Amino acid sequence: MLEVQNLNYASPATILFQRLTVIASDFVLLVGVKKCADTVPGQGTYLTSPRVRLAALTLGSAGLIMVDHIHFQYNGLLIGLLLISYAHMTQGRFLKSAFFFTVLLNMKHIFLYLAPAYFVFLLRNYCVTIPAGGWLPRPQLANTAKLGLVVLGVFGLSLAPFVALGQLPQLVSRLFPFKRGLCHAYWAPNIWVFYNLADKLAVFGARQLGVSVPGSSAASMTGGLVQDVEHALLPAVRPAATFALSAAAMLPALVTLWRRPADAAAFLRALVQCALCSFLLGWHVHEKAVLLAVVPLAVLALRSGPEARLYLLLSAAAHVSLGPLLFAGREAPARLLLAGLHAGYAAQALPAAAGPPSRAYTGYLAGLAAVAVYDVIGHRALGLDGRWPFLPLLVTSLYCAVGVVYCWLALYWHMLFRVEGGQKIKVR
Amino acid sequence: MVIIAVQRALKMDSRYLLVLGLGLLLRWAVSLHPHSGQRKPPMFGDYEAQRHWMEVTHNLPLADWYRNTTDNDLLYWGLDYPPLTAYHSYLCGAVAARVDPSFVALHASRGLETPEHRLFMRATVLVADLLVFLPAALWFAVALRRSRAVTLTVLAVLVLYPGLLLIDHGHFQYNGVSLGLMVAAAAALLGRRDATGAALFSLALNYKQMELYHALPFFCYLLGTCLRQRTWAASVGKLAKIGAATVLTFGLVWLPFLVDAQRAVEVGARLFPFNRGLFEDKVANFWCSLSVVYKVKQLHSVAAIASMCLSTTALFLLPTNLLLLADPTPHNLLLSLLNSALTFFLFSFQVHEKSILLAALPAAMLFPDYPLSSLWFLLASTLSMLPLLLKDDLLLATVATTVFFTVAVNMATGVLDAGRRAAAPKQRSRLTTTSGGPPADPCSRWAVPALYLSLTGYAVLALTSVTVSPPERYPDLWPVLVSLYSFAHFAGFFLYYHLIQFQFFDEKFKVC
Repeated sequence: MLEVQNLNYASPATILFQRLTVIASDFVLLVGVKKCADTVPGQGTYLTSPRVRLAALTLGSAGLIMVDHIHFQYNGLLIGLLLISYAHMTQGRFLKSAFFFTVLLNMKHIFLYLAPAYFVFLLRNYCVTIPAGGWLPRPQLANTAKLGLVVLGVFGLSLAPFVALGQLPQLVSRLFPFKRGLCHAYWAPNIWVFYNLADKLAVFGARQLGVSVPGSSAASMTGGLVQDVEHALLPAVRPAATFALSAAAMLPALVTLWRRPADAAAFLRALVQCALCSFLLGWHVHEKAVLLAVVPLAVLALRSGPEARLYLLLSAAAHVSLGPLLFAGREAPARLLLAGLHAGYAAQALPAAAGPPSRAYTGYLAGLAAVAVYDVIGHRALGLDGRWPFLPLLVTSLYCAVGVVYCWLALYWHMLFRVEGGQKIKVR
Repeated sequence: MVIIAVQRALKMDSRYLLVLGLGLLLRWAVSLHPHSGQRKPPMFGDYEAQRHWMEVTHNLPLADWYRNTTDNDLLYWGLDYPPLTAYHSYLCGAVAARVDPSFVALHASRGLETPEHRLFMRATVLVADLLVFLPAALWFAVALRRSRAVTLTVLAVLVLYPGLLLIDHGHFQYNGVSLGLMVAAAAALLGRRDATGAALFSLALNYKQMELYHALPFFCYLLGTCLRQRTWAASVGKLAKIGAATVLTFGLVWLPFLVDAQRAVEVGARLFPFNRGLFEDKVANFWCSLSVVYKVKQLHSVAAIASMCLSTTALFLLPTNLLLLADPTPHNLLLSLLNSALTFFLFSFQVHEKSILLAALPAAMLFPDYPLSSLWFLLASTLSMLPLLLKDDLLLATVATTVFFTVAVNMATGVLDAGRRAAAPKQRSRLTTTSGGPPADPCSRWAVPALYLSLTGYAVLALTSVTVSPPERYPDLWPVLVSLYSFAHFAGFFLYYHLIQFQFFDEKFKVC
């Protein structure tokens, strides 16, 4: 199975071996869960302890099971590293935290999305100090030097062989491909879904009015191909623009983080927000990237009712949006059962917020179930399979995007106006 | 039954639905693994048998279902279960014909193994469980009228039991229907609905004749309850109601076959084939184990063997069922179900290794009262079927479901921790409140390590079965070793549960 020419080699032993490696790597996630859960106070029986609840929501997360163990990736390992890094941060072990995060960055560069939060937090709490009376930050040179050493050291170790062999430009071009188009073949539920849809409707409207629109082919973006396609009527979106928009969206979270020193919960909230901002506004986002926001949010949800409610909505929307990854007929029950069980468990295991959820909230969740069923069998049952094959995917993307955008805005509202300071880290 | 059960459950505790959902998920997951006889022409296996029955019942008139005709070759998986199975196959066949007629095409569909058909077959088992077994399990758990934690635990044990998952959704059978009906009957009796219970058990019996293992306890319980009424008239009245329910149920099921006496005789001949011999594959019962040293099959005639089986089985059935007749409590009913099924398994004629499920379900139903021994029995019963599961390529599914079951049960009840707690009381205990878990007791000091040792033995046997090929002189060495090892377990449990029922132990041992 290790021969380079053996593309698509899939003997049963190979499959078993690879699956077992994913399961083994989930032990890192287990370690991360244990470390994070230990920061949450808990009482009651074993089954309702924070450790077991967090483990059920992460190790048993519908999203991770679908993406890691069915579709096949190693996100459990990576998110485990992220949780370990966060756990160290809550205990003021900045260097260890930075070390784990840098390792994480060198394993999957998608975590660059979260780097701004780390940057701001480490800067504010480790590299500078602000004396009580004033506002001018005073640099802590020793700390900064140590941090720089750790980060550069890890990068150096990871990239050295490729630099030595002159492979760095090739590496960079593989890591950051910008020719793949604004959206993946299956539109991740982000802001660009609305933009694409608006463009399509504008084209449709223009055609009805008799205005000819150049460059608008019939199924340019929903055809399922990965390519760089321009929008027909609305202004084209360039990678640089998405980058700027994501950065701008993250700014309020980062500013809040700066103004709440040594607050571990604020740091995690900022992490989740950075992940959400870049998911919603980034270039060529995969729907799997939503897990970066969902899984860490579970840690926050363990402690706070309002955040638990947001978690339920976000995770439900995320899991339904991941459903199309499992397109085989025999995987259909998995999509529905996993997402449903996860939501059901989260609803009863997480702390309750004050007051019952609004009608819109429960209505949206019911709609999610309907969309999931529609995607699995409804579309075929209605006989629409031949005419509009893209419709279930479009509906799923759109409906889940509404949920994700709502959670993003609600989390911002919560972060900026509602939440008080959390427990302070002891700054060394 | 389903809707009422769901409504009741939702009102009580939404966690019941979570457990049921988890059970569904595990069932679906196991169904992704190979089925019996996959890619093994010409006979294939139980999967093909079930498909063939759909084909036969869909295409042929009822009179021919159990008859050897040119279109119905009884030697190729002839129907050998009572009429309810035939009706179920007919229903599935009708649905199959709607989905894709080639699934049930007469003769042409033999050995069909396309992905779509497989999906359909697996779906039928899932639907059967959804409609029968899962609601029955919920009904039983609620009918116990214990605390919420205990209800959840019993539900989880019933729904996640690996043996049933692997046989029904792996090997491929519909035991969930007959066992579910039996569990529902027990639930009805727990709720004092005796006539309903009798009717439900009659249905179970008419689905698979193996349920005869449970017939005597149900009979003794019902008779005992009738005799214990306050007045003579009430006794007769109750007996009449129960009798009427049973006769009516049997009558309705057999109606098409009673039209012609010949039809009924044909069914009977298929249900009780006495020409098949003492045992087929290696089975963990008394006669098969005895045969290792004393060749029973060669030294005695079939008639002599049959009478030996009959006498030993009858002998061992008497104590537990007489006790039940004298003291018809629900607790005694469950114990008698377990003991009777185990007696039949150990001493009866033509026993299959799958028959252990008939003893395992009562053990699962007794979990709240005897958590440790129940867990041990459930694991041993699953692993005793290792030779069959290995033949079907279900090792991975076996390991996964067994480990999951053990861990889940232990997490929920701390059953395996009690030993550690008793041994090292200074360690932080996991259960801060007794949510249905057993208190620390001296018997778990040796019982838990013994359980681990027993599991290790099974693990070693499984490992050697797949890695080491047996010596030339004894090609069946590994199945024989597994069945001998399991027989030792079952003999031990047989003794243990009898002693429990006759209350030889004081309070301390009862918790095991």
